[in-house]
Amino acid sequence: MIRVFLPSQLDDYTDSVRELELDMRAEAGQSLVLADVIAELERRYKGLAFRIVDEHGNIRRHIAMFVGETMVRTLDVPVTENSRVQIVGALSGG
Amino acid sequence: MVRHLILVGTRKGAWIVEGDANRSNWKIKGPMHLGAVISHYVADPRTVGYQLMSVGSGHLGPSVYISKDHGESWTEAAKPPAFAPVGESARTVDHVFWLTPGHASEPHVWYAGTSPQGLFKSLDGGNTWEEVTGFNHHPDCFTWRGGDKDGTPDGPKLHSIIVDHTDKTHLLVGMSGGGIFESFDEGATWKPLNKGVAMDFYPPREDGSEYEFGHDPHCMVMHPVHSNRLYHQNHCGLYALDRDQGDRWTRIGDNMPKDVGDVGFPIVVHPRDPNTAWTFPMDGSGQWPRTAPGGKAAVFRTRDGGKSFERLNKGFPQKQAWWTVKRQCMAVDAEPSVGVYLGTTNGQLWGSFDEGATWQGIAMDLPQIYSVEVVTIK
Repeated sequence: MIRVFLPSQLDDYTDSVRELELDMRAEAGQSLVLADVIAELERRYKGLAFRIVDEHGNIRRHIAMFVGETMVRTLDVPVTENSRVQIVGALSGG
Repeated sequence: MVRHLILVGTRKGAWIVEGDANRSNWKIKGPMHLGAVISHYVADPRTVGYQLMSVGSGHLGPSVYISKDHGESWTEAAKPPAFAPVGESARTVDHVFWLTPGHASEPHVWYAGTSPQGLFKSLDGGNTWEEVTGFNHHPDCFTWRGGDKDGTPDGPKLHSIIVDHTDKTHLLVGMSGGGIFESFDEGATWKPLNKGVAMDFYPPREDGSEYEFGHDPHCMVMHPVHSNRLYHQNHCGLYALDRDQGDRWTRIGDNMPKDVGDVGFPIVVHPRDPNTAWTFPMDGSGQWPRTAPGGKAAVFRTRDGGKSFERLNKGFPQKQAWWTVKRQCMAVDAEPSVGVYLGTTNGQLWGSFDEGATWQGIAMDLPQIYSVEVVTIK
C-alpha cells in the first residue's frame, strides 16, 4: 500500500481526510511515479490536483512533496507499492 | 425589503456587511474562505444573488468560486483560469486579480484578469475559463507587458476590465505593467490607449515622442451611462478622457492640491453624473510610502470632470492615519444621495451617505482589505 499524508490546506477537498492508503500497482513493464499518485488523488478528490500542481505539471511553489524522507520537486519521481508520500503546505506566508 | 450588501474581500477571507434600506444597522456576516486571499469579490448585476469571488491561497494557487444565493454557499470553478504553454513559454497563473461581468446581453459571460498579466473569459457563469488568445497570445503582448517578473512588487496585474455597456465588442483593460489597451472586436485584436499619460519611471524619448505602452495604470472606470467618459488613476497621475473629443488623456490631477499630489490607486464615478468622481490619493513622494499624505486621510471629489477637486475628510482621522485604499477598494451605490464606500489597508470599512461630505466607520477590525463592492437588493 502507498501511504499518503495530506495537509490541512486540502481539507475542503478531502472532507478532512489527512491519511489514506492507495492500493496501486504498476502495469506490467511499467513503474509507478509520483504523478500516478496525484492522478489517483484527483480521481478520488476532484479539483485537488490543480491545487497542488499548476497548469504545466509543476508542483506549486509553496507546496512540498516528500517520497519517503526525500523532498521532490517533480512528479516523475519513482514510487513503489510501499512508498510513503507526504504532501505539505510549505512554511510560507504570514 | 431593500438591503445594501457591501462585499468585502480581504487578505484573510471575505465578509458581507449588510445594511438596511436607510443604509444603517450594518451587520457583519462571515467570514467566508477564512485565511484565503480574496483579490476581488463581485456581484453580478444581471442575475440577483449571483456572485463570483477570486480565492487565492499561498499554498494552493488561484481559483474562482461561485455563489448563486448571495454568498450563502459557494462552489469552486471546475476549470479556473490557467495559461496554455506557448512555445517554450510556460506561464503560471499566480492569482486571479480582477473579475468583471460581461455585457448585459450575455448573462453568462465573465472576464478575469490575472497576475502574471493575462485575460480570461468564461461563457458559463465563471465555472470554466479560457484564455482570450487575441490578448494573451498576441505577438506583441510580451513587448507590451514586459516579462512576468517585471512590474509592480507583488506581481504585475491585469485589472480594470471594462465591457462597454453600449457595445459588447468594445473591451478595455489596464495592465500595471504595460498600460491601457482596448479592443473593438471582443478581444480578437488590441491597440494601446495611452496618449497623454506620463511615464516618469522611464527616460524621455530622445525624439520627444510619447511611449505608446509600458505605462502603469492603477485603476480605470467608464461611466455607466455616458460611455465616452473614462477616468483613470495612474502611478503617474490622475487622468480623464472624453472619447468624443479624441483619444488623448488629460491629466486632471494637475488640478489637485500640490501638497497632496495625484498619485493613488482607486477612482470611482457617480452613477448618473459623468463629471463627478471620487479618488483617494496617496503619498507618492520620496520613498513612495503609499499612505495617506501627511497621515491625514481624505477623499477628493470632482464635480466638474476634473477641473477642480474638493477635499472631503469629515469623519476621517486627521493625524497619524498611515493607511491607504487599494484599487478595488472604493465603490458607490446608486441611491439618490450616492453612498461612497472604501476599505483600507488596515482593515477598516468606511462609508459616506452624502456623496462624500461626511464619513463614518462601518466595520473597523477586518483584515487588510483588497476589494469592496456594493450591491443594493430591492
